[in-house]
Amino acid sequence: MNRINDKLNTKSKLLSIYFTAGYPNLEDTVPVLESLQANGVDMVEIGLPFSDPLADGPTIQASGTQALKNGMTTTLLFEQLKDIRKTVSIPLIIMGYFNPVLQYGVENFCKKCQEIGIDGFILPDLPLAEYQEHYQEMFEKYGLVNVFLITPQTSDERIKQIDDASNGFIYMVSSASVTGSQSGFGNAQTDYFARIKNMNLNNPQIVGFGINNSETFDAATKYTNGAIIGSAFIKMLTTKGIDGISDFVKSIR
Amino acid sequence: MNYNVNEKGYYGEFGGAYIPEMLYPNVEELRQQYLKVMASDEFQAEFQDLLKEYVGRPTPLYFAKRMSEKYNTKIYLKREDLCHTGAHKVNNTIGQILMAQRLGKKRIIAETGAGQHGVATATVCALMGLECIVYMGEIDIARQAPNVARMKMLGATVVPALSGSRTLKDATNEAIRDWINNPTDTHYIIGSVVGPHPYPDMVARFQSVISEEIKTQLQEKEGRENPDFVVACVGGGSNAAGAYYHYLDQPDVGIIAVEAAGKGIHTGESAATSALGKTGIIHGSKTLLMQTDDGQITEPYSISAGLDYPGVGPMHAHLFTSGRGEFISITDDDAMNAGLALCKLEGIIPAIESSHALAIFETRTFKPDDVVVVNLSGRGDKDLNNYIEYFNL
Ligand SMILES: Cc1ncc(COP(=O)(O)O)c(C=O)c1O
Repeated sequence: MNRINDKLNTKSKLLSIYFTAGYPNLEDTVPVLESLQANGVDMVEIGLPFSDPLADGPTIQASGTQALKNGMTTTLLFEQLKDIRKTVSIPLIIMGYFNPVLQYGVENFCKKCQEIGIDGFILPDLPLAEYQEHYQEMFEKYGLVNVFLITPQTSDERIKQIDDASNGFIYMVSSASVTGSQSGFGNAQTDYFARIKNMNLNNPQIVGFGINNSETFDAATKYTNGAIIGSAFIKMLTTKGIDGISDFVKSIR
Repeated sequence: MNYNVNEKGYYGEFGGAYIPEMLYPNVEELRQQYLKVMASDEFQAEFQDLLKEYVGRPTPLYFAKRMSEKYNTKIYLKREDLCHTGAHKVNNTIGQILMAQRLGKKRIIAETGAGQHGVATATVCALMGLECIVYMGEIDIARQAPNVARMKMLGATVVPALSGSRTLKDATNEAIRDWINNPTDTHYIIGSVVGPHPYPDMVARFQSVISEEIKTQLQEKEGRENPDFVVACVGGGSNAAGAYYHYLDQPDVGIIAVEAAGKGIHTGESAATSALGKTGIIHGSKTLLMQTDDGQITEPYSISAGLDYPGVGPMHAHLFTSGRGEFISITDDDAMNAGLALCKLEGIIPAIESSHALAIFETRTFKPDDVVVVNLSGRGDKDLNNYIEYFNL
């Protein structure tokens, strides 16, 4: 059993945070992780920065650009994380784009993640068909959970295919948008959350994109198993730094 | 070997659709519909009519007599520069606007580098009365002012791409983000044989009219459909894909692809993707691209904005790695001189992109009875400022 599955089995209304590795400062990766755990966050997505993040809005893009400028690389991230399991026990997911993984070597990447104690991946531009044909076996061999996205436009048929291929949770993108681009949820979102809940999928669902305060967190977790906050957390880090984490988490839950 | 796309959307190991799930419904709809739509009589009738009456096709296959004498071989120029809007780009935008209408889309988005594809898109949107938004890197907006003005006159909204390096690759990122944010009413008209499947194949099919015409025209002029060589410049690779299309499986036709070496392949200021790229993923396609060891996409350089792209279409990546295509890179200087030479020899001012293809006669020899077709992808009007500056005219 993977830490992700454990956590989802024992806890509801999960709070998960996305942050970009090496942001705001190159050496902030580990302190941010430790602070998130200390403040009661349930799970973390560690963003591996990429030059061309297609699915991200301006906030996460800018944090990635800064992290790359700071000198962040895949090799350095693994180096920073090598002792992370001595201090951090919550589930850790690497979220990034597929090209840096491909250049590192997919199998080497998986091996390294297993050594470190990474629990899974969110790779938005690795599509279902490619995953199943080329990578599923490898990811599973190294005990890594792969997380797929669905959106309000994803057909029921495809959601079922994605559910069958998933072994951790399903990442529900709250609306048709890149990250960080909306405020508040309307009826369309709650209908969508309810529709997915009624599908009785095998995998739990966690909502992301557009969660930025306690209202959106509550609205999302009313129907689902948890929510992921990205851009709002990055914005907070940009202005307040690591010291702001405690207040930020308290303001959400 | 098959050099065209297979049923999974790959050219050899290149291609596919590496897209976030948010784009899946749109790209999948297109994948399921494009061949059916393109095969319908009704679509073909409108497409062919517009190519003839609006674009001005067929474009001539012109025997360049003085140039042929100079290089002691038989050189034909496929005059895509005579297309309405000044380049081959419009063949694709006509096709895609008709496709967008069949798919019921009301809003058109596009990316552009030099502005040629943006102008061609704004043109067909005006023709059809559809809303048009063109993303263009902030830096390109500054260096391609006349094309920005053209797009505005044609009724398009030009949105500056402010992220990353603020050039073509970032404009493409912004167009993709727009499509994610507008998933139901919008069609994205990609400007080259790049992006997720089915785009490379769809764009290649719309551009394939180029080699279709070359076959008939060469039959008339030389008594054979096949030249010995067909030469084209490659940015993303759409004019090249169109010029090669009907010759891909004809082994007697040599395929020559010309990339921009910029200031030289090893200067760090180059766009010669086949020489400098490695397999990776850019804009939804697995292909050759210029990147760091860490998989970050790097910024290319070429004097020609249309060739200033860090990847190539998956068809060309496959032509390169399979050895079917001969890839040559040409520096800024050699391209500019070849452009000026064509003006003086034949009275034709070429686009700087096309000048790269023309420059190969200085670096590669052909036999006297070889028939060499060069795709003259565009005219030089848009590049006058560059020519003026470069030659102190
Ligand atoms: C005249 C001309 N030729 C060539 C290109 C390069 O594009 P492609 O490689 O897709 O033909 C451009 C792009 O702007 C162009 O304007």
